[in-house]
Amino acid sequence: MKNSRQHKKVFTKALDAYFAGVYKAYKFVARFFKEAFRPPFHVGEIINQCYVIGVKSLPLIALTGFITGIVFTKQSRPSLSEFGATSWLPSLISIAIVRALASLITALICAGKVGSSIGAELGSMKVTEQIDAMEVSAINPFKYLVVTRVIAATITVPVLGLFCGFVALMGSYFNVHSIEAVSLVSFFKNGFATITFLDVGSALVKSTVFGFTIGIIGTYKGYNAVKGTRGVGQAANEAVVLAMFLIFVEEIVIVQMANWIRYF
Amino acid sequence: MENVESKTGNEAVISIRGLYKSFGEEPILKDINLDVFKGENMVVLGRSGAGKSVLIKILIGMLPPDKGVIKVLGQQVDKLSGKELDALRLRIGFSFQSSALYDSMSVRQNLEFPLIMNLKDMSKADIKQSVDEVLDAVGLTEKIDEMPSDLSGGQRKRIGIARTLILKPEVMLYDEPTSGLDPVTCEEINELINEVQQKYNTTSIIITHDLTCAKETGDRVAMLLDGQFFKVGKFEEIFASDNEKIRSFFNYNFIQ
Ligand SMILES: Nc1ncnc2c1ncn2[C@@H]1O[C@H](COP(=O)(O)OP(=O)(O)OP(=O)(O)O)[C@@H](O)[C@H]1O
Ligand SMILES: [Mg+2]
Repeated sequence: MKNSRQHKKVFTKALDAYFAGVYKAYKFVARFFKEAFRPPFHVGEIINQCYVIGVKSLPLIALTGFITGIVFTKQSRPSLSEFGATSWLPSLISIAIVRALASLITALICAGKVGSSIGAELGSMKVTEQIDAMEVSAINPFKYLVVTRVIAATITVPVLGLFCGFVALMGSYFNVHSIEAVSLVSFFKNGFATITFLDVGSALVKSTVFGFTIGIIGTYKGYNAVKGTRGVGQAANEAVVLAMFLIFVEEIVIVQMANWIRYF
Repeated sequence: MENVESKTGNEAVISIRGLYKSFGEEPILKDINLDVFKGENMVVLGRSGAGKSVLIKILIGMLPPDKGVIKVLGQQVDKLSGKELDALRLRIGFSFQSSALYDSMSVRQNLEFPLIMNLKDMSKADIKQSVDEVLDAVGLTEKIDEMPSDLSGGQRKRIGIARTLILKPEVMLYDEPTSGLDPVTCEEINELINEVQQKYNTTSIIITHDLTCAKETGDRVAMLLDGQFFKVGKFEEIFASDNEKIRSFFNYNFIQ
């Protein structure tokens, strides 16, 4: 009897903590929207952060995109050639890359590289009282650190997504060209014949949402890091895990919505 | 009110009345009263965990008090709006226990940052002049282009103090300025605190558990014991006391 009551207590405590956490996250996001539209805008710092994010993830995105293009083409070829339909390769690959792969690959790489570094950076600033130091010298740390990084991630990730899609198509062309004599122009012509505005549009919307997610989760975890050196690692780690999880959830939701529009 | 002494006819720059603060069930500060007068160095002594940092964080509005009236430069800190609080904070310098230098910025950028962010219409030449001036005041002119990670603990402390001086504060709050430093460096920091008092005519609260620092920098000393000021007065007066806890604090520090 006593035991079960204790269990119940532990359970309600965990539930309390969960809802307190959700409420805190909600307040954080609400504060972002409140402060993002009020001057000063720290444009210089936003541009600086865009640059940092781009430089940090560009090489890895290029490499991964290119390899994905090659591998995906290579693996799809046998099943298509069974039906004698290898000429469909460009359009199949384009659909896969534009609709799903490019934005997803970019988002996952950025969650790993950018999300973790934002989490660690803000986490260590929090732990070493640098955030408090801004506050006491009348500088709004939320605006200067959080708002700038979230906006930068929201802008940069879609751009990186476009770049990733382009590189992946080039990878695919590389593979196609090594087997069949297809010119780059006819490859792209063929590939884009099946791509609609909705495909590109929903991919961009998706990337934008992913970018926002990576930025807000990284800053949230870093800004609320617990004191001590463990807090920094924890913030970086949790930022990656949570951002990746949310990216998959958002992927499903946005694809579903795009399909509703498509078949409306 | 028995804790509060007053200098002749001088108005208090910092005044604390009936301050209570607790975290959860645990009371940290219980009925704190204190007046600090213009140009005075007030030392707050207390053991680790006594609530010294909490006290000055309340003074600068980083933590809300549970109860009490806290006035700094004539304004009630916990009643101010965000804008008013920022305006007040520009007149107060806060030197952190951990120095809290921005580690992604060089010494120069650390010093420029508060100016660039707060005084938008200041010219480049004026900024440079202010930076040179405070660096000179803390005696580290040659370190201007180094990164904080390349500085020693004492140098970091001094740059931290320089960064707060750059806004020409009327009030300085030092959180353990000498903790973790060797005796010679401590001595330098003590001198710096006294120089700042004279040169900028600041009113200061110096939080410490270092008795040498207390003795050399403090015009008056307040002893924080069990969440209350046990006694406020001259250094010698405090330690003339035969209270058990004060004696043990005193002995322990000097044996160290
Ligand atoms: N934000 C906070 N939330 C909860 N508890 C806190 C918070 N800040 C401080 N405390 C608690 O208040 C007590 C006093 O902390 P404080 O940092 O003021 O000590 P201190 O006197 O400055 O000690 P030290 O000399 O070690 O710096 C500690 O028990 C600490 O755990
Ligand atoms: Mg402290």
